[in-house]
Amino acid sequence: MNLFFTIVIDGLIEASWLFVVALGLTLVFGVLKILNIAHGGFYALGAYLAATVVTLFAAKGLPPALGFVAMLLAAAFVALAVGVMLERGLLKMFYGRDEVVLLLVTYAVFLLLEDITKLIWGVNPILATQPYELFGNVSLGKLFYVGYDLVLIPVAMASGLGVWFALNRTVTGKIVSAVIHNPEISASMGVKINRIYALAFGFGLMLAAFAGALTAPKISVQPGLSSDVIILSFAIVVIGGLGSVEGAAVGAILVGLARAASVHIFPQGELFVIYLIMAIVLMIRPEGLFQRETARRI
Amino acid sequence: MKILSHPAAMLGIVLGFVLLGRVLPAWTLSLATVAASNSLIALGIVVLARTGNVSFGQGLFYAAGGYGVALIANSWGLTDAVAQVMIGAVCGGLLGLVIGPLISRYTGIFFGMLTLALSMVLYGALVKTTALGGSDGFNVGRPTLFGNVFTDPREADFMLYSVSVIATGLAGVAATVYFRSELGLMSLAVRANNLRVEYLGISANRIVAINFVIAAVFAGASGALSLMAQRHIDPQFAYWTTSGEFVFVAILAGYQSVAAVFVASLALELVRSFSNLYLPNTWQLVLGAFLLAVILFLPLGIGSLWTSTKRKGSEPDAPAPGATVTEPAE
Amino acid sequence: MHSLSAHRGRIALAVAATALTISTAPVSAQETFKLGIVTFLSGPAAESFGVPARNGATFTIDELNKGAVPAPHNKVGFGGMKIEPVIIDENGGATKQVQELRNLYQRDNVDAVLGYIGSGDCLAVSPIAEELKKLLVLMDCGTPRIFEEAKYNYVFRTASHATMDNVALIRYMKAKNIKMETFSAINQDYAWGQDSKADFVAAAGQIFPNAKLATDLLPKFGAGQYGTEISALVGAESDVVYSSLWGGDLQAFILQSAPRGLPKRSQLVFSAADHVLPALGDKMPDGTIIGARGAYGLMSRKSVLNDWFFPGFEKTIGTYPVQAAYRINQSILGLKNAIEKAMEKNGGKKPTTDEIIAAMTGSQWESPGGLIKMTLGDGHQATQPIGISRTKYNPEKKRVDLVDIQYFNAECVNPPPGIKSLDWIKGGMQGAKCE
Repeated sequence: MNLFFTIVIDGLIEASWLFVVALGLTLVFGVLKILNIAHGGFYALGAYLAATVVTLFAAKGLPPALGFVAMLLAAAFVALAVGVMLERGLLKMFYGRDEVVLLLVTYAVFLLLEDITKLIWGVNPILATQPYELFGNVSLGKLFYVGYDLVLIPVAMASGLGVWFALNRTVTGKIVSAVIHNPEISASMGVKINRIYALAFGFGLMLAAFAGALTAPKISVQPGLSSDVIILSFAIVVIGGLGSVEGAAVGAILVGLARAASVHIFPQGELFVIYLIMAIVLMIRPEGLFQRETARRI
Repeated sequence: MKILSHPAAMLGIVLGFVLLGRVLPAWTLSLATVAASNSLIALGIVVLARTGNVSFGQGLFYAAGGYGVALIANSWGLTDAVAQVMIGAVCGGLLGLVIGPLISRYTGIFFGMLTLALSMVLYGALVKTTALGGSDGFNVGRPTLFGNVFTDPREADFMLYSVSVIATGLAGVAATVYFRSELGLMSLAVRANNLRVEYLGISANRIVAINFVIAAVFAGASGALSLMAQRHIDPQFAYWTTSGEFVFVAILAGYQSVAAVFVASLALELVRSFSNLYLPNTWQLVLGAFLLAVILFLPLGIGSLWTSTKRKGSEPDAPAPGATVTEPAE
Repeated sequence: MHSLSAHRGRIALAVAATALTISTAPVSAQETFKLGIVTFLSGPAAESFGVPARNGATFTIDELNKGAVPAPHNKVGFGGMKIEPVIIDENGGATKQVQELRNLYQRDNVDAVLGYIGSGDCLAVSPIAEELKKLLVLMDCGTPRIFEEAKYNYVFRTASHATMDNVALIRYMKAKNIKMETFSAINQDYAWGQDSKADFVAAAGQIFPNAKLATDLLPKFGAGQYGTEISALVGAESDVVYSSLWGGDLQAFILQSAPRGLPKRSQLVFSAADHVLPALGDKMPDGTIIGARGAYGLMSRKSVLNDWFFPGFEKTIGTYPVQAAYRINQSILGLKNAIEKAMEKNGGKKPTTDEIIAAMTGSQWESPGGLIKMTLGDGHQATQPIGISRTKYNPEKKRVDLVDIQYFNAECVNPPPGIKSLDWIKGGMQGAKCE
């Protein structure tokens, strides 16, 4: 019973940050039909921005709570701005090409980002751990948990609900849904598709950077952060169904719980349990758990 | 140009390339060997892409070929280069026969993701297998050819170069012939619309599966060639970035010309190697910029540099991917 | 003591300098030695090993080219030849490294290649150098397999392999009476992590025969998030938690495990952790037992060479040198030693690859990390002394100090020639000579 409880808590903590990353990825795919490899680069960018802000605030002697809020805002807004610029300045030129070509364009962007972050921040690790101590420790059974980790769970839930609400209950959200469904008809109804694309892309990357910022205080921020995140969030999004918010949530929880269970019960299986789930889900439900069947042209 | 795509002429070109290896400096020779072996697997991706499906998990067959050859070489002492290429092709092909029929039901991004997932499962298993050296992999002896042992480095390099160029060249000729065959043309129909193909009474899945097996054979042979050049194998063969790189070669090349695959592969190797030498701290930046530039300025791939004049013609081997798609969303 | 040894160094320097001017050096001033250097400049290993190694290489080469290194390494460059480095990135996997190694030898015509941190890279490039009949000096990688599974004539490794790290840890724990009835392990799921764990578990089985392995975790390399693993480790409540994690993974593990009380429940033992100390500072729990893969950095012993290297590096680079900087430094000095020995024999000409190899096989030389001896792998694999210690944060200097340092001589923690490391440990570490 105790083990079960631990697995659930560990799994949910793991799922929460994965969900925020995957949410951004699935949003971009839903609207633009691009599987964005550069997503991981923005995760790293967010972590670097957050670390810089936290270090700056700490050096000025400002309270860590302020630093915590500032790092999230800084990461989110810079990523949003860079994302919109990237979409308008670069990605736009490749619309109309194969989805594989677009995927490779984002891979090239990923390579560029990798070196650009290195040029800006160097290779030395940045430790910005002040916010990690912000929420104290909580004792659950014979284990201690860090308050910060537990706070991640409601933060992730709020992000998910926020995106779901924005998509389903606001006018802009309805327009985005219309574009997801059929860009051509939306355009003919007067929707400025370009604006929606830029917005969705920027917002998706903002979520990636937001997740990076949330993770930054508990890790050492340094090169090589990005490549691992991509493949994990790909797996989640594919399990849940590309373009689906609910799917990303279920996918993240599934992956989080599977990893946690494997570490506690069968540590040898940790490396491929995620891919195994992904392969099994794809075999049974190729569209993922939450993707609706789409009508196709004959 | 047209006469150059006749199978006999192509064989001549391959022979010319082999002879060229006699005068190339040593470092170009080994670079070209790698480029040739990479273009073999990329060619497989092109074959498969003609059905509209892109595999992000060719590393699965690449690793199967490589590990198969390496294990046989180490346990039975089979070192003949030609035999190794064939074993690699067989290993890749057998695995392709198992997976092909299963996977041919999928299309688009799901097809890509499933292949990726499968190759990552193999990667995970290989890392865990300490008997095969785990993540560090293991080494194999140097290959021989028809009983000849090559001790002089230059001769050994040339032998590998010749085997790689001939294997890739023959595969290229075979692919060209296949592209023009009934089945090859049917692949394009599947790409255009697989449901219509089904209505014609032909199994689209079967066509995808056949192309998949061909791609797997090429990937397995390529894994064997790569193993011979490196004399070392590790689970990285099955990792997703390895597969991604081959897709990149295929996209850079475009789908128009078999020779373009080789040129693209060579160009990629050159850019990577020189940027690593002169800009060791920012070579990824250079590589990324190079890739963006090619995709942007040569939308139909490097092959369009010399085949663009006949674009309007009804060349069966010149489908323009996505040319009819106008929006990122369909 | 300090002034005396420095004084002696100066005398030796002066003597050697005169010797140099007197000898009619046939090597012309224009002659250079082109040295390919391969180290991680990007990717996860860049910060912890790759870049410190590059800094160690550029610092050492600059000093050598100025002739500013104390005796016995006081000749300019390599025996009067200026060293011309060509540095490339090790990131990108073994396939790429094999190709780049060929390029270095065949296109850039380097005289020798020195470097490599990843074990997989070392295994992959060694047979290629052998085939091309070119000199390859491996400087860091951990796996014992290189010379235990194959024989090489053209390949050398100028540092001990990973067996030493774990045997020394166990010997240290025994010497300090650490209680270990149960222990847990967390190591990355790739060869370095798996091999290190195997060595540690085997050595524990010899010296702590009653110790039981409780939880054995192998997270993915580069995972960065260890919430679940830490739950499992804290839950296991074992006396000791062993890890061979390094770099960003190790930092993340420490940052996340300290608030959750792991260091309070278990004695932490890290086999290669010195390089994370400057970054972690007071986040590193006091009393952690760590190794540095040699007598390096804050565990380095006083010597004329170390008095040159440690402060000089710190002044030039801005941080004190950690293991990778020491390892590449001892590698370059070892190559220098062999080249100069070869030049003594051939009358001072630039030596051929074969002459360098003959001189390097079985050689030994002084380095800032102590005496390096090529005793294993038919004189191609080095053994060296190692230090193990405990951490203690020093709030005045704002850095982690290392206390309770104990040194082990090479023969105490390395296998003798002719036996595989793991067999040697499992066979009771026969023939170990400890001081």
